[in-house]
Amino acid sequence: MTQVTMTVNGKAVSGEAEGRTLLSQFLRDGLGLTGTHVGCDTSQCGACSVHVNGKLVKSCTMFAIEADGAEVSTVEGEADEDGTLSTIQQAFQEHHGLQCGFCTPGMVMATKSLLAENPKPTEAEIRAYLSGNICRCTGYHNIVKAIMAASGQDVSAIAAE
Amino acid sequence: MYAFDVETPSSVAEAVAALKDEEATALGGGQTLIPTLKQRLAAPEKLVSLSGIAEMKGISTDGGVLTIGGATPHVEVAAQGDFPALAALAGNIGDPAVRNRGTIGGSLANNDPSACYPSAVLGTGATIVTNTREIAADDYFQGMFTTALEDDEIITAVRFPIPKAASYQKFDQPASRFALVGVFVAKTADGVRVAVTGASEDGVFRWTEAEEALNKEFRSDALMDLDINAMNMIGDLHGTKEYRAHLVKVMTRRAINAIG
Repeated sequence: MTQVTMTVNGKAVSGEAEGRTLLSQFLRDGLGLTGTHVGCDTSQCGACSVHVNGKLVKSCTMFAIEADGAEVSTVEGEADEDGTLSTIQQAFQEHHGLQCGFCTPGMVMATKSLLAENPKPTEAEIRAYLSGNICRCTGYHNIVKAIMAASGQDVSAIAAE
Repeated sequence: MYAFDVETPSSVAEAVAALKDEEATALGGGQTLIPTLKQRLAAPEKLVSLSGIAEMKGISTDGGVLTIGGATPHVEVAAQGDFPALAALAGNIGDPAVRNRGTIGGSLANNDPSACYPSAVLGTGATIVTNTREIAADDYFQGMFTTALEDDEIITAVRFPIPKAASYQKFDQPASRFALVGVFVAKTADGVRVAVTGASEDGVFRWTEAEEALNKEFRSDALMDLDINAMNMIGDLHGTKEYRAHLVKVMTRRAINAIG
């Protein structure tokens, strides 16, 4: 076992990790941050997406030891301390961008990195960016709408179909 | 996954020393190796992570040659502007999260028969730089998942001679996002090169008949009378051998038309 130290959502944390301990396992089982979901565990679905040093990664496809010393952000860091939702979370709620909610943590983290790179994405750019985040409920329509809204763009053109 | 240790060296020299251990395997961005370990298709006792080695990261251009560090992730290759066809190729690998972790050196060391980068390396006649030597692209790729690399050899950089014009056309396998067939066409100082990935059971290859035809006349109709033998093509549930052979020609023509 190796002692691993990192900053998660602004707080310094440390814990023990085996070589094979995935970052997703470290967050969920080690730190109890179960907001990061593990869907496929094969780096297809993106439910486990988090940010490592500001970059979107699939936490099921990175070892905890590789994140030693890194700044990690998870969906738990999105809302304020008092529970006020972030702009992205609020938009997902208002535009019904989730149904079962399993993919949502990954969708929120992917959206956050998309809007950091591209503050006013087009619908096509949003759909392309979400290629690594799979949702089996919504058909993506309301997710795209929520992201357009979170980026401050008019969503009336994306009417419910 | 079976149990293993992970070492995180900070220099090429440390990494090479760690890889002297017969049971050790190099870990690039892990976007292929980690899923492989989960399926227990590999059982190393030690992984040597290359992602923390600063001297293997970064991109520079000098005298018409683009040099990319072996541990440079796809997202950075996609962002460079000196070789637009390579940027477009890198920006369409996998998905954004995969592009933030996956590295050019990892992709080339693995030499997946459907990976995108091998076609750009072979299609430009690039040079693979390792900790011990330089390997020409034509000598490097030796068949599916097979390369000229020795066990303890690391790709420290790749040097691309920037072609006069180039285009990579990929027919996506939509589930895996690998190339069902991808073709890289480049007008280089030594003539036209055409490299095909995704299609052959021998991995990436040069379509030399097309190169000869295009050196005479660079237009898509020059390929009209050429056919690829389907015998050695990959045939699976995503596409038959004949379908892939057909796609090779279609994607080559698209690349030629994109270059104009």
